[in-house]
Amino acid sequence: MAQTVFEPWNDPDAKPIIQFKNVTKRFGDFTAIDDLTIDIYEREFFALLGPSGCGKTTMMRMLAGFETPTDGTILLQGKDIAPISPNKRAVNMMFQSYALFPHLSVWENIAFGLKRDKMAKDQIAARVDEMLRLTRLEKFARRKPHQISGGQRQRVALARSLAKAPKLLLLDEPLGALDKKLRQDTQFELMDIQEKTGTTFVIVTHDQEEAMTVASRVAVMDHGKIIQVATPAEIYETPNSTYVADFIGDVNLIEGRAEQDGDKVRVAWAEGQPAIVGTTTRQFDKGQTCHFAIRPEKVAITATKPENIANAVKGKIHDIAYLGNISTYHVALPNGHMIKAQAANNRRLSRRSFTWEDDVWLSWTDTAGVLLER
Amino acid sequence: MRRFTLIAIPYFWLLALFLVPFLIVLKISLSDTALAIPPYMPSLDLSEGWAGFMAFLTELDFENFVWLTEDDLYWKAYLSSLQIAFFSTVLTLIVGYPIAYAMARAPEEWRPTLLMLVILPFWTSFLIRVYSWMGILSQEGYLNQALMSLGLISEPLIILNTNIAVYIGIVYTYLPFMILPIYAALEKLDGSLLEAAEDLGCSRASAFWLVTIPLSKQGIIAGCFLVFIPTIGEFVIPSLLGGSQTLMIGKVLSEEFFSNRDWPVASAVAIILLLILVIPIILFQRNEQKQREAEK
Repeated sequence: MAQTVFEPWNDPDAKPIIQFKNVTKRFGDFTAIDDLTIDIYEREFFALLGPSGCGKTTMMRMLAGFETPTDGTILLQGKDIAPISPNKRAVNMMFQSYALFPHLSVWENIAFGLKRDKMAKDQIAARVDEMLRLTRLEKFARRKPHQISGGQRQRVALARSLAKAPKLLLLDEPLGALDKKLRQDTQFELMDIQEKTGTTFVIVTHDQEEAMTVASRVAVMDHGKIIQVATPAEIYETPNSTYVADFIGDVNLIEGRAEQDGDKVRVAWAEGQPAIVGTTTRQFDKGQTCHFAIRPEKVAITATKPENIANAVKGKIHDIAYLGNISTYHVALPNGHMIKAQAANNRRLSRRSFTWEDDVWLSWTDTAGVLLER
Repeated sequence: MRRFTLIAIPYFWLLALFLVPFLIVLKISLSDTALAIPPYMPSLDLSEGWAGFMAFLTELDFENFVWLTEDDLYWKAYLSSLQIAFFSTVLTLIVGYPIAYAMARAPEEWRPTLLMLVILPFWTSFLIRVYSWMGILSQEGYLNQALMSLGLISEPLIILNTNIAVYIGIVYTYLPFMILPIYAALEKLDGSLLEAAEDLGCSRASAFWLVTIPLSKQGIIAGCFLVFIPTIGEFVIPSLLGGSQTLMIGKVLSEEFFSNRDWPVASAVAIILLLILVIPIILFQRNEQKQREAEK
């Protein structure tokens, strides 16, 4: 069965549910959001990713209505939301601290928003029960928040924010308080719930793995600006800048001078080392400073020089980071430059091919890395 | 053994400073007045041994307690004290809650200063502060002078020696006891709870009623008891600021004791007062207990 790919951002007819138009937010002298323009589409799972203080939480709080933009407009389904107070917006938020009401039971917490809408009693009960089923909390309905575990509290917070069936759900570091294992399980649960309810999710996180797992698109932010918006795979494989390449995953960054020939670029990067050959769709001037970025797992490590490969350099293993399933080798080149290479540990540790101080060859094809201007 | 020693100290303290005085007062309340020093009899003579003790016991009776039910002055004074204490507590809450709320909402660097200002009056003698209210509230006092010079009134208001002055005095004196526990509860309140309430469709006002008030409930209850309990037995404020029609049990008690020199009746009044106070004190303790459990 053929599946239609979900990518409304490539469809010129698709109408975005959220539009930021030249939005700027300043707190005194500090610019939290700097002239930001972005569209978010219906049913998307949109991740805002960035280090703390990059403005991602401010963006979310503007959507919820707790902050108003200093300049620019935010549109929800084509309507400016600036004059609408938070309690009137069809937007709900799941708080980082969960913000569950400690004096109310799980059931009452979930019913809180519905009661404010003056919904009929039996309708409220039906909706709350539905939410409890969705988040598998039926057994805990009568408990108070302090009587359940962190993971259950997280699910209550999610159920409560979904109960009013918002057009847009905002999640502020929703899994930050959970331990790693629970976090991974919950990520899939979140995706599942997002798919079932068809709600547009905007998630704020500083955890790149989390953003990559759950999101349909990721916006990488820095200093109030969006550096790149793309699908997780595009962000990882074709970052548009060294900042994004460095922020997402592990990367080797090599600075050098470009010399372009068609779609091939030769990067002269160190005395006595062969120039790196890469493929690009961009145009580089001769002698222009450029950055070659390559992921460690795309660098092959071998004992002898491989034949017929675009790039091969010799080095000595300086350090090995053993991560269980994979190992990262830090290889020192003769000029002191360090390159990371990753290899799967498909043999037992005692039979590993390389060890400290071994002379090895690192190699990669001309399409393995990306060339970046900045 | 060490645990026993640790527990023994507070128990001994309670025994020496609460139980023993209570038993002495109880004993006096069961005695009769006499022209003697001390002004009651019988007195316990241990030199006659067991027989003397038994003889002493037989002379004790509940006469004074019966007397309290016969003269309507006493139960009226109890009721009036409860009433004044109740209304004072409500007034103190109405005045104190907004102050505590504003303090808890103030910028963090301001809070220690604001707390200091609430506690500051305790640095002056309570009596001096009540006396100065006489200077403010009397017919020639500052309040009347100010109101007359503003042209708001032409005749001085009679406030001093009325129940209004008593209420003013009590609210003023006990305000810190109301503010501090409410402040403690409100300060702990997580601001994101209010944002969550708004996000889920509450207006600011309904978020206050549905979140802020319930979450500061323990503080409100604690504050109310801390005002209500001492106010019932209050003696200084009604006797200095109140008039002859202000009836409070503390005043009655002191009059029995010092003016009538009827120690047994005064002691009986005190015993009944204590029994009345035991109920709110137990309720207060249970509230504290519940709060501790909730915080666990």
